[in-house]
Amino acid sequence: MSDKHLSTQFDAELSSVSTRVLEMGGLVESQVFQAIGALMSVDTEAAEAVLGEEERVNRMEVEVDRDLTGIIARRQPTARDLRLLIAISKIIANLERVGDEATRIARVAQRLSAVGMPGRRLPLTDLKFESELAVAQLRKALDAFARLDTRVALEVLKSDDQIDQEFEGMMRKLITYMMEDPRTISSSIDLLFVAKAVERVGDHAKNLAEAVIYIVKGADVRHTSMENIESVAK
Amino acid sequence: MNNASNTASPAQAKNALEIRQLNFYYGKFQGLKNINLDIAERRVTAFIGPSGCGKSTLLRTFNRMYSLYPGQRAEGQISFYGENILDEGRDLNLLRARIGMVFQKPTPFPMSIYDNIAFGVKLYETLSRSEMDDRVEWALSKAALWKEVKDKLNQSGLSLSGGQQQRLCIARSVAVKPSVLLLDEPTSALDPISTGKIEELVDELKSEYTIAIVTHNMQQAARCSDYTAYMYLGDLVEFGETSNIFMKPERKETEDYITGRFG
Repeated sequence: MSDKHLSTQFDAELSSVSTRVLEMGGLVESQVFQAIGALMSVDTEAAEAVLGEEERVNRMEVEVDRDLTGIIARRQPTARDLRLLIAISKIIANLERVGDEATRIARVAQRLSAVGMPGRRLPLTDLKFESELAVAQLRKALDAFARLDTRVALEVLKSDDQIDQEFEGMMRKLITYMMEDPRTISSSIDLLFVAKAVERVGDHAKNLAEAVIYIVKGADVRHTSMENIESVAK
Repeated sequence: MNNASNTASPAQAKNALEIRQLNFYYGKFQGLKNINLDIAERRVTAFIGPSGCGKSTLLRTFNRMYSLYPGQRAEGQISFYGENILDEGRDLNLLRARIGMVFQKPTPFPMSIYDNIAFGVKLYETLSRSEMDDRVEWALSKAALWKEVKDKLNQSGLSLSGGQQQRLCIARSVAVKPSVLLLDEPTSALDPISTGKIEELVDELKSEYTIAIVTHNMQQAARCSDYTAYMYLGDLVEFGETSNIFMKPERKETEDYITGRFG
């Protein structure tokens, strides 16, 4: 029994849709990376480049959704083909929101470049670290999707807490700075928004990982315990 | 694969048919291999699988249709509400009234629509004219055909369209008050609209009858049935609730077949 459908056309359609997902994933991943870079180096051009990609990301979401709806209508997919398509619909919604987070970060970068860089005491290094974690998680989740590897998906799910902790740490620091020096309130709040956006990127990576487990194992592990997820994903 | 200690069984408590260690032979060729399966009462069980997998063979053991042909024999047990169908000395005509069958090609008798229905009933029951009229109307209504034929009951059954003829055959089976209906690719010869009407009918009938349907159309099995059995080369590969089979089958062989990777 081969892994290919009798219909090569069907194979090609599924392959095409999966490739588009990875393309979209790569695009939003680099958007986040660029947006953080734009913030750190107060680079308005880089920030504008990120904003310029937003339309392309939104278009990709709509196109992939249309394509997969067409496949469902024409092929009546079942079992793992069906699960793949249902999961892809959720994955691209998550990726589009990652794109939204990146544009949010880019807008803060633009705002801060207009008013001047926040004081050196603000936790930019921490923010950089948090964002590196989130981007790595996203990359890993996309890798898990590309290879339909539930072990890698499981690693993503287990590491989600780390990003949440980084965010909470940042929030405490920023609150301290705001209390110590009210002149930093505006910039601190902007950075808090960025830190929250990065934390959300981590959450979207987590949703992607859950979708991969659904595709491979047929089990919907959303909103279940880590114990349950581990027993399913292994 | 199935063995005696590993019976494919639906979750429902009551079974109309219980098949145990069923082996079937066409002469020397073994058509069914150690089938263990329960058919749930008042549910639709579909049999799917590639050509030659044994699904029609299996269906035809349920009403001893094979007994018409020398050289075909079944070994094992098929329990129909406690009685073993495969026993020698069974009244096969009575069995075939209680377990009715509809075939792929509609087979109306060359008689009037009325007589098509009345013929079978007369073999088993003595009814007055008005009782028979009622029974004919009842059976044709059950088969969703009454409104279309009530003004032409004297016309030949052969004058009906393919879809109507098939519903006539279903009415004929239902008229003798069976408990089980066996449908062997009942819509393969019909257009999509007639197919849809028959599928609707199956859905209504299952509240009163146990239905087993063989189909080479997987989407039909997915639409119509509560339980699905996947067969291959005489083996029962997998059996389960239809939604599970089509969303997350247990066996790779089943998944390969239903997703069209079977090659």
